[in-house]
Amino acid sequence: MSASLELSLPAASVAAPAPQPSRSYWLVVWRQLRRDPMALAAGGVLLLIVGAAVFAPWLAPADPYKASMIKRLLPIGSPGFLLGTDELGRDMLSRLMHGGRLSLLMGVVPVLAAFGIGTTIGLLAGYIGGKVNMVIMRVLDVFYAFPSVLLAVAISGALGPGMSNSLLALTLVFVPQVVRVAESVTTQVRQLDYIEAARMSGASAFSIIRVHVLGNVLGPVFVYATGLLSVSMILASGLSFLGLGVKPPEPEWGLMLNTLRSAIYVNPWIAALPGALIFVTSIAFNLLADSVRSAMDIRR
Amino acid sequence: MFAYIIKRLIYAIPIALSVTVVSFVLVYLAPGDPLNAIAPADAPEEVIVALKSAYGLDKPVPVQYGLWLLRAVQGDLGTSIASGRAVTAEVLSAVSNTLLLAGMAALGGVLIGCILGALAGYRHGTWIDRVATVISVIGVSIPHYWLGLVLTIVFSIWLPWFPAMGAGPGGSSEWLWDVEHLRHLVLPALTLSVIPMGIITRTVRALVADMLEQEFVTALRARGLSGVAVFRHIAKNTAPTVLAVAGLQIGYLMGGSILVETVFAWPGTGFLLNTAIFQRDIPLLQGTILVLCMFFVVLNLLVDILQPLIDPRMGRG
Repeated sequence: MSASLELSLPAASVAAPAPQPSRSYWLVVWRQLRRDPMALAAGGVLLLIVGAAVFAPWLAPADPYKASMIKRLLPIGSPGFLLGTDELGRDMLSRLMHGGRLSLLMGVVPVLAAFGIGTTIGLLAGYIGGKVNMVIMRVLDVFYAFPSVLLAVAISGALGPGMSNSLLALTLVFVPQVVRVAESVTTQVRQLDYIEAARMSGASAFSIIRVHVLGNVLGPVFVYATGLLSVSMILASGLSFLGLGVKPPEPEWGLMLNTLRSAIYVNPWIAALPGALIFVTSIAFNLLADSVRSAMDIRR
Repeated sequence: MFAYIIKRLIYAIPIALSVTVVSFVLVYLAPGDPLNAIAPADAPEEVIVALKSAYGLDKPVPVQYGLWLLRAVQGDLGTSIASGRAVTAEVLSAVSNTLLLAGMAALGGVLIGCILGALAGYRHGTWIDRVATVISVIGVSIPHYWLGLVLTIVFSIWLPWFPAMGAGPGGSSEWLWDVEHLRHLVLPALTLSVIPMGIITRTVRALVADMLEQEFVTALRARGLSGVAVFRHIAKNTAPTVLAVAGLQIGYLMGGSILVETVFAWPGTGFLLNTAIFQRDIPLLQGTILVLCMFFVVLNLLVDILQPLIDPRMGRG
């Protein structure tokens, strides 16, 4: 949601494209990020969350699927259950750690896929230009006529509940946005003299795109895609919350939030935990994206 | 100006048409037979055939689309397979509830966002700026369905100030402008308003901070204009962009309310979509998506038309 309004930012930053960003450019960006306390803090938090998720099978204190009818909704700090138990008596800490695996996967994969697919389509549309560009962009305009949450719910609702369907739905939501960014940059770069010079010297379209255009396009699209990560996390968990994503008994933060909803009258802290993790992850993604954007801003 | 409006209107027609196509075709992505929802698995062949022709499912898809569109234009969106009631009636009553919720949320969010953003822009770099920035980051990062849950815990369970569910006493879905109904509106509207608030704060802050550095502001001040008079100039210059962002946000809220409506059992389009999806009620699904998207298309159109009215430079461009 927030991402669509940042559309103009990456485009504006390339109004006067710098010479091709070389390897040293990314090095400068990296150094800039390492000196940014906000980026370090956000990166640290993310590393912690991702680490806990990745190593959950070895780190988690208990089996996330093992239910117990007599140990339901134990409060936080109960002996043996650091963060209490859920509505089926399963260890919350273990489920939260394992839940991170699916939640992060479902948040990150659609952005990666949209990054790849969107950049490719945008490059081609922008480079070929003319009627082909117009047709592609007009078709994508239709997707813009749908609010993104509605589009995601409608597609995954139509395809039927399930993890792969919600991944597909989210990817379809993000692709048009990425294409727009990639296309607008490509169209601007294409008209520059050095592209013309490369064409004159007999370079093939493929090598022009690969060597001369891609370097300019990748930056703004990368900035845009990092901004999408938090939106994607919230949407992905939202789909599971609606029952359209991951199915029980699989641990996933959005789904856990849903199944624990009736527990707010008994043990509100436990019920709020999975959502708090979505929140922290999404804030960290947003702060990191802001840092990346200012580190990559050529004008500075 | 008139020509511009006509141009916008004409441009909206293909978009609106494509939206109808997508809304219609979307449900054909679905695996399985829509008839499964109404016909028992062991229904005899004649019953299936009769049902198919009753719902028009025996014709080729393009013909089905044409007939559906023709009826939709006349305000007939078919019959809900699950409830047997007219889709148009169900969607309209749900849409009015969703509009109320989204409208209130947008009003609150835009208002607070403008105030916070202007304060932050004016006091660029001070603690007010930092507080506003933190609030706006939280606003765009928070999973609003979770915020709804937290607000329920605090203001409905710990402090029994507001009801946690429904749009009125006794689970009534008919809206009335009285205290009891307004109390039901507070928590969901507050939850939903956080998104536009964060985005508007961010936008207004950047615009105002940018504007204050412009030469014309220095010139106005040099001529001895009071702070209020300068602010009026700034407000006038930021209004078109804020309007565009706010307009889009209302549209997003119409879609985004699905999750919040689920949390608060609000009888709006989100609830309807949920029913339609899980009962595989295709006419209801198509109708709800279509109506919501048409609202979004019209809203975009309105923003496009209103913008040059506020900022005449755009109409000429």
